Amino acid sequence: MGYTLNFNLIWRHFDKLWGGLLLSLELAVISIAIGIVIGLVLAVWYVSAGRVVRAIIAAYVEFIRNVPLILLVYLVFYGLPTVVDLAYSAQTSFVATLALYSGAYLVEVFRSGLEAVPRGQLDAGKAIGLTPWQRLIHVRLPTMMRITLPALSNTFISLFKDTSVASVISVPELTYGAQWINFNTFRIVEVYLVVTAMYLVTGYALLFALRLVERWYRTAR
Amino acid sequence: MASSNKPPVLLDIAEVSKSFGAVNVLRSVSLTVDKGEVVTIIGPSGSGKTTLLRCVNFLESYDSGSIRIDGKEVGFRPGPARDSGARQRRSERDLASMRAETGMVFQGFNLFPHLTAAGNIMLGLTKVRGKSSAEARSIAEHWLGRVGLGHKADSLPAELSGGQQQRVGIARAVAMEPKILLLDEITSALDPELVGEVLAVVRSLAEDGMTMVMVTHEMAFARDASSRIVFMADGGVSAVGPPKEVLAAETTNERLRAFLARFRASHF
Repeated sequence: MGYTLNFNLIWRHFDKLWGGLLLSLELAVISIAIGIVIGLVLAVWYVSAGRVVRAIIAAYVEFIRNVPLILLVYLVFYGLPTVVDLAYSAQTSFVATLALYSGAYLVEVFRSGLEAVPRGQLDAGKAIGLTPWQRLIHVRLPTMMRITLPALSNTFISLFKDTSVASVISVPELTYGAQWINFNTFRIVEVYLVVTAMYLVTGYALLFALRLVERWYRTAR
Repeated sequence: MASSNKPPVLLDIAEVSKSFGAVNVLRSVSLTVDKGEVVTIIGPSGSGKTTLLRCVNFLESYDSGSIRIDGKEVGFRPGPARDSGARQRRSERDLASMRAETGMVFQGFNLFPHLTAAGNIMLGLTKVRGKSSAEARSIAEHWLGRVGLGHKADSLPAELSGGQQQRVGIARAVAMEPKILLLDEITSALDPELVGEVLAVVRSLAEDGMTMVMVTHEMAFARDASSRIVFMADGGVSAVGPPKEVLAAETTNERLRAFLARFRASHF
């Protein structure tokens, strides 16, 4: 027996998907923004710190990188409130989790970028009398950004896709919207085709925007 | 007084020693440079030339001895009397302001790749000297003009040739009005046809009375432009004197003679 594609039911509930996509983007932007702060601070700290601090930061990175995101999401949303007296929404919980998660990946990206800044440029910064802080702001970070931007773009795209994991704790983002439509209309092929296309187009749009930023950064005066 | 015509000592290196692990890179090096002098350091690779230069603005620390510019110790200050005055490393802030008094030009240019030629020069002027960006810009343009790059102010380093980059490097160093300019093999990374334009700039700075210490393999330039030449070997000063004396073929210094002979063989 044949299965006839019928997208009508999908379009009827398209607001679920559109709203879901906007929420996915919002989750990604907030989490990544916090993750960038975590990643930058820890990476700068790491390259100038002693062994103990390095070990602690490395442990955080290794922990996050070796535990599946979905497990972290469960741990923070279901596990943590049973141990400590905290109440937070699923959305807040997910943003916190993805921020910690992206932070760990971004520490690695930024750290390798910082270490790739040629020593000669730091010498030049010292030689004209810049203080360590000025060298960081005016020499090290700008050079690091040029080195890391391509890797950073890839990490961002990957983190955007990771927002789909929020569906497991009922955050109404794009994947959750797809599940809802599936459960209510049984148009499983149609809804996942549409949602796949939405992830794809958004991912490409993000990538394109980030490439523009890269190009602008390379030629900025 | 008899000594009133002699220019004051600007750089005073006294018995400086340094080792990397078991290797003694500098063995009790002493050298003074008067204001307005151009001193060239030559010697085989591994003789400690570059390390000595990098100690002068404390890009490298040293184990013992002292380096003073205008009478002020560069990297250390006397410790408290209760520690019997043992020297202490200056704070990073202190070091930064000491380093602002010396200029350095590097073998690899080391321009900041994200800043234009003018931007490279302006960074120190605005952040270290506290000048407004308009003022810094006009100083940068002045010095770019001096090194023949007035038309390249808004070019990024990647858009410049090696010789042009190095001239920006020189402009960046001298725009800070340092008391002394350190030149570390500044033509070694250049294609032969670009060496001349860089040396011409150095020569004109020397004519202006800029005090310079340079490490170079350009013997002809060293002979013409230096007040004195220092020959280093095995981490120590092996010979020092006016170019004519040090570069004389009939020198009795065995190491120096071997070095010069090897040099002539490979460069002519």
